[in-house]
Amino acid sequence: MTLKIISHGLSTSIQDLGRPGYFHLGIPIGGAMDRFSLRVANMLVGNPEDAACLEVVFLGPKIEFTKTAIVAVTGAELPARVNGELQESWSSFEVKAGQTLSFDFLKSDARAYIAVSGGIDTPPALGSRSTYPIGALGGIDGRNVETGDELPVGTSSNAKAGLTVAPALRRLPSTPAQLRVLPGLYWHRITEESGEGFFEDEWQVAPEADRMGYRFKGGRPLEFVDREQPFGAGADPSNIVDGCYCYGSIQVPGGKEPIVLHRDAVSGGGYFTLGAIISADMDFIGQLQPHTPVKFVKTDMAGANSARAERKRMLEKIRKELA
Amino acid sequence: MKTRYTHGGDEHIYVEIDDEMSLDAFFKSLSMSNAVRDAKIEGVTEICPANASFQVRFDPDVIAPEDMMNRIKELEGLAETTEKRMTTRIVEIPVLYQDPWTHETLMRFRERHQDPSGTDLDYAARINGYDTVADFITAHHSQPWFVSMVGFVAGLPFLYQLVEREKQLQVPKYLSPRTDTPKLTVGYGGCFSCIYSVRGAGGYQMFGVTPMPIFDAEQKVSHLKDFMVFFRPGDIVKWKPIERAEYDEIVTAVDAGTYVPRIAEVEFDLEKFNADMAGTNAKLMEALNDA
Repeated sequence: MTLKIISHGLSTSIQDLGRPGYFHLGIPIGGAMDRFSLRVANMLVGNPEDAACLEVVFLGPKIEFTKTAIVAVTGAELPARVNGELQESWSSFEVKAGQTLSFDFLKSDARAYIAVSGGIDTPPALGSRSTYPIGALGGIDGRNVETGDELPVGTSSNAKAGLTVAPALRRLPSTPAQLRVLPGLYWHRITEESGEGFFEDEWQVAPEADRMGYRFKGGRPLEFVDREQPFGAGADPSNIVDGCYCYGSIQVPGGKEPIVLHRDAVSGGGYFTLGAIISADMDFIGQLQPHTPVKFVKTDMAGANSARAERKRMLEKIRKELA
Repeated sequence: MKTRYTHGGDEHIYVEIDDEMSLDAFFKSLSMSNAVRDAKIEGVTEICPANASFQVRFDPDVIAPEDMMNRIKELEGLAETTEKRMTTRIVEIPVLYQDPWTHETLMRFRERHQDPSGTDLDYAARINGYDTVADFITAHHSQPWFVSMVGFVAGLPFLYQLVEREKQLQVPKYLSPRTDTPKLTVGYGGCFSCIYSVRGAGGYQMFGVTPMPIFDAEQKVSHLKDFMVFFRPGDIVKWKPIERAEYDEIVTAVDAGTYVPRIAEVEFDLEKFNADMAGTNAKLMEALNDA
């Protein structure tokens, strides 16, 4: 079967859980910005959790189904309609052959995940169907979904409509969003006072926020510890000898606006990083709209470990409820 | 050199071999990242060597971050005793310096540059003490370069010139990054040259372009059929200045699938290089001429 894309919305891309193993060549893991929501969407329609879905930013697409399938929409609150009839989010529902899936305006958060029973079945590149347009990998010939595309869908036998995830298990950021940070990497480059200020200030998501990275503004500029710049680093105190960047690492070019690298991260560069967002909170970043207020909250490794365990427990609970 | 270990969130260990660039730091970083790979530590998902540092990504549900850090620390002694030599290849990369495409782009982003009155090459030549741009271009291509890192985006090589530190060229990055850089631009930032593998944002100064593709997701280009990324850390590069006519010929040959890069297998020994840089470089370039 295929999905006929009648309109692609604003930015709709095919994503799964990404392609680890090529970051040393500058090819990022990619995949869903909000992995929790993608996994749950797949669970709801009986797919393997790493099956490819559509990641929809802000504005929903309009899709005609050529065969009957089970569908679920998770993540951001983007109300779905089948031939005009409203459907529950975080729930599985049927779309019959010839029917059209469309969406109301976004009500909250930023990215919705559309899972279709059988999964999107475009050809994988380096082990993943995730779209990485910079390297022209995955997706539809290396690009996002466009109006007029016909997306192949795999086969499925165990999908059923009517499943739903309890509201308490729908994991989305709070307001204002709290992003937990493990200080480290080049933290020693900024003064103690400046480091405290970073956590005290309220930041906002800047308009430059995409799959590569999220920029934040509104906090005080950082002050650097004086030093003679090392050979090869460059003259600005925020420069280092180009090194690797971690997913979730926070760089602050010129000490001004922090940038958190996300799934389509550049793999390295010459700016200092003051630490990284803990893995459990990476999903939340993908759900932040521009201008959303954000607090960076200092944590330690114990805090990161328990947050990761908590997220894992929630997924396990959903798996059991839907089994 | 003092090695510094730090956590990058709960999924990465970052190891800075030295805060300044040197081939000694690069070799130690490569040896250590190789040692981590050879140790086959369960839970490791990515090992990324860089210029003077490296990074390991792992699944903290398989191995705890503190345990991962300790395993890597244990391997430092082993890496220190590893001989700093390798069998590698020297590759000739043709470059059209002062090409029309980077010129158009650098003029478009002039307000983001340190010196809006001239070109990137005018500026780089002046701040490095060269009387003419031609002399600066000669300094850029007369001695070979070492690929000390692959990354940023899709297979982009960072290159470090095989000359004494006092002869190293150094230029700052743009004051504010450009939103556009032509594909296959030969760039420069800090003490590193690079080749932009794909079109996109960038902050390095722009000197020219190469007609030789170094990344091809479709793997149609003849020298990228086996793998879409051309460079790996440890490759040695010799720039070859070319004129527009030769540039056009190479582009045609690449499109026809008949272009073959000039490559020779060579040995590189850091101690021998440090003892006699000119002699080592002459031998490397000789190998290329025989290829």
